[in-house]
Amino acid sequence: MSNFYLTLLTFIPLAGALLVALLPDKRALIRAGGLGFAFATLAATVALALQYDRAAGGLQFIEQRDWIPALHIQYFLGADGLSLLLLLLTCIVTPFALLALGERSTKFNVTLILLLQTTLLGTFTALNFIHWFLYYELSLVPAFFLIRMGGSAKATAAATQMFIYTLLGGFAMLLGFLAIHQATGTFNLIDLAKLAHENKLGHALSAAFHWKWISLLVFGGIFLGLAVKVPVVPFHTWLPDAYTEAPAPVSMLLTGLLSKMGVYGLLRLLLPLFPGLMFHLQKPLLAFALVTIIFGAFAALGQRDLKRIVAYSSINHLGYCLLGIFAIAAAGHASVTLGDRAAAMNGVLLQIFNHGLTAAAIFCFIGFIETRSGGLRGLNDFGGLRTLAPVLTGLMGISLFSSLGLPGLNGFVGEFLIFKGSFALTPGAAALAAIGLFITALFLLTMIQRVFTGPLNPRWASFPDLSLAERATVAPAIALMFAVGICPQLLITLFNQTVLNLLP
Amino acid sequence: MPLPWIILFAPLLSAALIILFTQRYKNLSALISIAAVLVSLAASVGVFLAPEMQPATAQLPWLDFSSLGVNFRIPIGFTLDGMSKAMLIVVTAIGALIHIYSWGYMADDEGKSRYFAGLSLFMFSMLGIVFANNFLMMFIFWELVGVSSYILIGHWFYRKAPSFAANKAFICNRIGDFGFMLGILLVWVATKSVDFETIKTTLPTLTANPAFLPFATVAVVCIFCGTIGKSAQFPLHVWLPDAMEGPTPVSALIHAATMVAAGVYMLARVYFIVETSAAAMEVIAVIGTITALGAALMATQQNDIKRVLAYSTLSQLGYMVMAVGVASPNGAMFHLFTHAFFKALLFLGAGSVIMACHHEQDIWRMGGLWKKQPITLITFLAGTLALMGIYGFSGFYSKDAILIAASEHHPVLYYCGLAAAFLTAFYMTRLFVVVFFGKARTEAAGHAHEVSIVMWLPLVLLAIPAVVAGYPEIIHRFLPTPAHEHSMVPYIASGMGLAGILFGVVLYWGRAKDPIYIPLLANKFYFDEIYALIVWNTQDLLARISGFVDRWIIDTAIVRCLASGTYGAGFILRFLQFGNLQLYALLFGGGVVALFYFILFFK
Repeated sequence: MSNFYLTLLTFIPLAGALLVALLPDKRALIRAGGLGFAFATLAATVALALQYDRAAGGLQFIEQRDWIPALHIQYFLGADGLSLLLLLLTCIVTPFALLALGERSTKFNVTLILLLQTTLLGTFTALNFIHWFLYYELSLVPAFFLIRMGGSAKATAAATQMFIYTLLGGFAMLLGFLAIHQATGTFNLIDLAKLAHENKLGHALSAAFHWKWISLLVFGGIFLGLAVKVPVVPFHTWLPDAYTEAPAPVSMLLTGLLSKMGVYGLLRLLLPLFPGLMFHLQKPLLAFALVTIIFGAFAALGQRDLKRIVAYSSINHLGYCLLGIFAIAAAGHASVTLGDRAAAMNGVLLQIFNHGLTAAAIFCFIGFIETRSGGLRGLNDFGGLRTLAPVLTGLMGISLFSSLGLPGLNGFVGEFLIFKGSFALTPGAAALAAIGLFITALFLLTMIQRVFTGPLNPRWASFPDLSLAERATVAPAIALMFAVGICPQLLITLFNQTVLNLLP
Repeated sequence: MPLPWIILFAPLLSAALIILFTQRYKNLSALISIAAVLVSLAASVGVFLAPEMQPATAQLPWLDFSSLGVNFRIPIGFTLDGMSKAMLIVVTAIGALIHIYSWGYMADDEGKSRYFAGLSLFMFSMLGIVFANNFLMMFIFWELVGVSSYILIGHWFYRKAPSFAANKAFICNRIGDFGFMLGILLVWVATKSVDFETIKTTLPTLTANPAFLPFATVAVVCIFCGTIGKSAQFPLHVWLPDAMEGPTPVSALIHAATMVAAGVYMLARVYFIVETSAAAMEVIAVIGTITALGAALMATQQNDIKRVLAYSTLSQLGYMVMAVGVASPNGAMFHLFTHAFFKALLFLGAGSVIMACHHEQDIWRMGGLWKKQPITLITFLAGTLALMGIYGFSGFYSKDAILIAASEHHPVLYYCGLAAAFLTAFYMTRLFVVVFFGKARTEAAGHAHEVSIVMWLPLVLLAIPAVVAGYPEIIHRFLPTPAHEHSMVPYIASGMGLAGILFGVVLYWGRAKDPIYIPLLANKFYFDEIYALIVWNTQDLLARISGFVDRWIIDTAIVRCLASGTYGAGFILRFLQFGNLQLYALLFGGGVVALFYFILFFK
């Protein structure tokens, strides 16, 4: 059963990157080329999602070939509902960011963004740790150059910080997987999950290393690697600087997609391989989730820079994903809790998609504001902009309300399902985490009030409303927010069956 | 298409049409919105007159995981019982009148299109609450009502006060919703369902177990948090007076007649859950009583006509909540029903006074309006007497139903209720006398004249139910009322009311300024100040702490230490790289010698 669908999909943006690099240096041409490939990838992904047999679920479009036989490394790709969800998100946010790039569509930037997309698509389809890790780490290279696009010293420092943090986390993860390979002789994630499911992985590890705590060490290494990427507080300090110093379209990619690699890793690597350890470590893990949620929310409340507010708010929102995943792990596998675990897992997957979409949209709007204000983006630099820019206010308002979880928009469904599930599984943690929902409302409403309402700040006598091109850039995202919010079942059917496989 | 769908979706369609297409055509937008609400009204009357209308004829699955083999379905469905039908009539009838009134009141407003879109969105959300047949649907529309209220309070967003008031309202509601959501989740965990009918059937088996009682108490108190937020009960009442920054018709519809009553409606809807915990009902009764009395006290010292009415709304909502707490949900719904009409009437009357005095809201800058606004005067009087609970007006019947229930429950609640009744008569007399009688105290008040027909006609149409809605023959068509027993309570309550009127007339007749000043009441018990001090400062502090932790402790202490540790190690190791070949050779040789030494002598 060999086909090339996923490989082809992964290499469409790569081909795009090569082509764009060879194009003559004309902005419009480069922009059109980049967008053309991005939309082609989107079309291919949508076709794949439609082709996917939802009723059957499980991994499909599998490609499995020997790659480095000496080390038992296979080229092994496949996609289930989770992968498809992230492929879709990647293919939606990438053209969105390319559109938002506007004037900055240089050959260098567009090429990098397409390269980044390839690494993302690769990460979300690879089922062998080695090339999963290859893509995962390769994504840092374009990300690094994109963050320091502006070229300021601060941007370079932020990019370096991001690079080193993530790289160190990656090393910890690599060491963990080398130990697993030593013990089991395979890097195949599906085989390893099967071993773990039969309770053999831990035994294999302790037998190979003659040390019973080795599993914990390996788990810790992999967790650290993913925790930096998500990020989990206190491994988050690279994030606010990176999101703030990067130009808005790059922040869209960072928050919309790169942070999802971490959550994806938790679901694809950590939860299937260490369900037992995650069950035993539920208290500290839930504590990590709570700290991430509550700290993120309060820190966002304390910021005075629009981008930093949204950066911390992203930490908070991803904290809900952690809450859902760790609550599921804490529940074990009693069949009575199946409904709640399924609800929480569905919620986590929805939240991954919703946060990617909404946070990207909000960064896009902040980018629009920055281009009008000459880079100014302090919370108190504006005031009353709604008078001059009603469309900007209305559309950004919708995105912010989506972020604070208003029913009818996308954010609500995921968060509510996470809370529904985790409240039944771990009531205390969920109740505490709900404080985050309230704080989120507080800082997002404050943002609307300071920036858009109240008397017009006289310094912005002219503040043009969104142009037609800008409206077209954000319109699909806004439409999707409504679509998912009103009819979540549309998205849920894509991964509903996969949810059962993801539950430990 | 079945009527309930039409009732619910006509306003949504109107809101969507206005936002997407007719923003530029203000009058067209207004007409679309008015037409939508009239359609909803007509369909509601149709539903009301069709006695055999089956509830939940159509259900739309919203979330459905049943393909996973788990019981998880959440539909959008309809409840059609006596209570929801009565609520439908209240919401659509008052809604329709207020839409029409708004045509006049907002005639010159720049943002007329957004205003009517907001009203339509509100109607949709409110009707969703009325129809909800499960907790999740109620919660969804509950939040939507909150956001439409937010939009409408902030209608004049370019002014400072409304933009703050809108935020305050949404945030207070969100605090309440936080509890409400936990309450819903608790009930969901216990009964495995959010559907009201299913919960009703599973609950008896749970309550048979005494260990369930504390759980039920926590759940009911959490659910009640939703009411505290939405119906502005103590201690979250602070948002409602500020919400008066919105246009007056909005205050009438949302912040007096319908939305704020949603909290009471919700409690009555899930009363079968509420009554499982006596302790939680005590909490509800006490919170309601505190609100009823406290708000009445604050109302006596307010000078803004709309704020007086806002505090009176708080106080009346307190009565309704108290009624639920003393096991009289019927009394609560009865008062909700009559209050909706007379309070909407009072607000619209206030609106016409405000317009006549060129947007003046201070009652001490009005006066002598009785000659100039006779229709407003008479209709306002009807509303005032109904609010005071004077015999023959609707408020009399419903307020007495609550007071009777309270008197049977606990004397303290009853006395507090009576005191609030006295205060109500007093502050409304103050308001009425100062606004309509005496000399015109400003130029604007001197030149006032009656408002146009689109504005006074709704007043007249609302005055009728304000008088008659409580009559037993009429209310029985809409709602079940508490059994009428022979009681002394109505006489005592009427006595309190008359005393309040007398006191008010003596104190305020012919005055040009307030003869009494009680700082504690005028400053609303300093709640806003205390909250500002506690809530905002604490949050600010927490925010600062987290910022500090990030910047200094994690970043500097841990990360920088690690980083400088690495650099330090590199720095020390660098000294080993001299770049001197001879020295390297010497060290190499030394190493070889050492190695041999160890191998040979340490076997």
